[in-house]
Amino acid sequence: MKKSVPGRRGISYAKWGYIFILPFFVSFFVFSFFPLLDTIRYSFFEYYRSGLKQIGPNFVGMRNYLELLTTDLPKYAGNTFILWIIGFVPQIVVSLLLAQWFASARIKIHGKQFFKVVIYLPNLIMAAAFSMLFFTLFSDSGPINSFLVNHGITTEAVRFMATVGGTRGLVGLMNFLMWFGNTTIMLMAAIMGINPTLFEAAELDGCTNRQTFFKITLPLIRPILGYTLITSMIGGLQMFDVPQILTNGEGTPNRTSMTLIMYLNKHLASKNYGMAGALSVYLFIISAILCFLVYRMMNKET
Amino acid sequence: MKQEKHSKLGSVLMHALLIFLSFLCLFFFYILIVNATRTHIDLQKGFSFLPGTNFIQNLKNVLNDANVPILNGILNSLIVSSGCAILSTYFSAMTAYGLYVYDFKLKKPAFMFIMMILVMPTQVCALGFLRLITNMHLDDTLYPLIIPAIASPAVFYFMYSYMQSNLPKDLVEAARIDGSGEFRTFNQVVFPILKPAIAVQAIFSFVGAWNNYFVPALVITTKTRQTLPIMIASLRSADFLKFDMGKVYMLILIAIVPIIIVYLFLSRFIIEGVTLGGVKE
Repeated sequence: MKKSVPGRRGISYAKWGYIFILPFFVSFFVFSFFPLLDTIRYSFFEYYRSGLKQIGPNFVGMRNYLELLTTDLPKYAGNTFILWIIGFVPQIVVSLLLAQWFASARIKIHGKQFFKVVIYLPNLIMAAAFSMLFFTLFSDSGPINSFLVNHGITTEAVRFMATVGGTRGLVGLMNFLMWFGNTTIMLMAAIMGINPTLFEAAELDGCTNRQTFFKITLPLIRPILGYTLITSMIGGLQMFDVPQILTNGEGTPNRTSMTLIMYLNKHLASKNYGMAGALSVYLFIISAILCFLVYRMMNKET
Repeated sequence: MKQEKHSKLGSVLMHALLIFLSFLCLFFFYILIVNATRTHIDLQKGFSFLPGTNFIQNLKNVLNDANVPILNGILNSLIVSSGCAILSTYFSAMTAYGLYVYDFKLKKPAFMFIMMILVMPTQVCALGFLRLITNMHLDDTLYPLIIPAIASPAVFYFMYSYMQSNLPKDLVEAARIDGSGEFRTFNQVVFPILKPAIAVQAIFSFVGAWNNYFVPALVITTKTRQTLPIMIASLRSADFLKFDMGKVYMLILIAIVPIIIVYLFLSRFIIEGVTLGGVKE
């Protein structure tokens, strides 16, 4: 048992710990935590603008929550989920395939580095600009349509953004393009982290590639697959830029591509604080559940 | 023999898929670049794979358009993105250092707290945030887009992981024995060791802020204070068909080109950075 020697060694450095983490916590509490509490408070009030007149704030209890549940919220939650899943399913399938190819020592890929660089590129592009680009390219008189018509592939312009499937498909395609490279790189790192002797043993035992993939690779990267799924869901929940700009904030046609955050944005822009508050709380509850899952996954490893 | 034939076909299919995906990733940007060089009338006539000659004129048109003060936009975006990159990396490194090196009562709760909020969407507190900055008279300024970057949980987590594998605690002790104060140790001994991690995270923070649209669009109302994503969005909400399309493509190009250039130079470094702070097996 060592007694602390008076003088230098005995100095407690604990206060420095607090000093170093102080700015982070002050900033978090001021700009995120208290605003969150404020948001929750407003969710219980009737408080909006009607023309030039300000209505409220009047305490209405849970009315905003109930009203949201019986009106548009379920529809927009469904939209958000559909838009997310259209992009996510091809994303995870393609990423698994590519990650396995990139990570394998046996498979030779010409220009591997080039492919990696190219598929990651869209992840860094401004979603707003990407969406605006797609809007112009796929508009009724845009380049894609003029190509289709000029080459006789279709007789008249395809009105991509006038159909439910077209709009949702375009949003899904953009999300897929923006995220499959990122997911590939993550999964590749996970596969490369597997002990190579496992693959060697499998090869000696005469496993086919398919067997190795389903019996060894897939079970071993399950934690990171779970992490990818949950973080992607959190990203999907926040989906905004792409559908907002593609449909000019309207979620056309007939609000079938209106996401939850677009709806929140609408309420915030029109200063309907009560409804925006209740909607935020719903979003907070869903993301808190997802955050908790991520937290548990990260904690298991450290 | 049969096995080999099979794998040869497999290899061809694999490369075909890779080329197809790369084509998808690059095609839209190629068309963007081509269209940014063509005149409005040309663009109306139809699709072309070959660039036109109107690049400089389109650029001039964009620069002279008072409705879309693009130079202000670029400057504002640069200020916000650089500010976020500097604040998020410096203060996250500081926080990670505080929790990594020192022992104190609230160490564990503080760490757990940050892990809980690691992936929390910022949108859920947007309402309170907007009211707060209005009360602070910071609405319609760039400050609220920069200062909150001080608390960036994801950057923190990355720095913390990096310290775990690259920063020996003996080094801090040695600096103390040499008489270095705590802040000096952090700034002059520890910070240089963190440089690779700082660089990676600075790039990601910069790109994130450069592309950020939701909060800036709610905070900024004055045209000359807008960042680039808001300007792009305003093109969409304006009466779209009246626009000179050459100008529209040029604007989109200006918004994404700086990021692409940085990426081309640092791609290897960036791709490695994606996984550095990610979950480890």
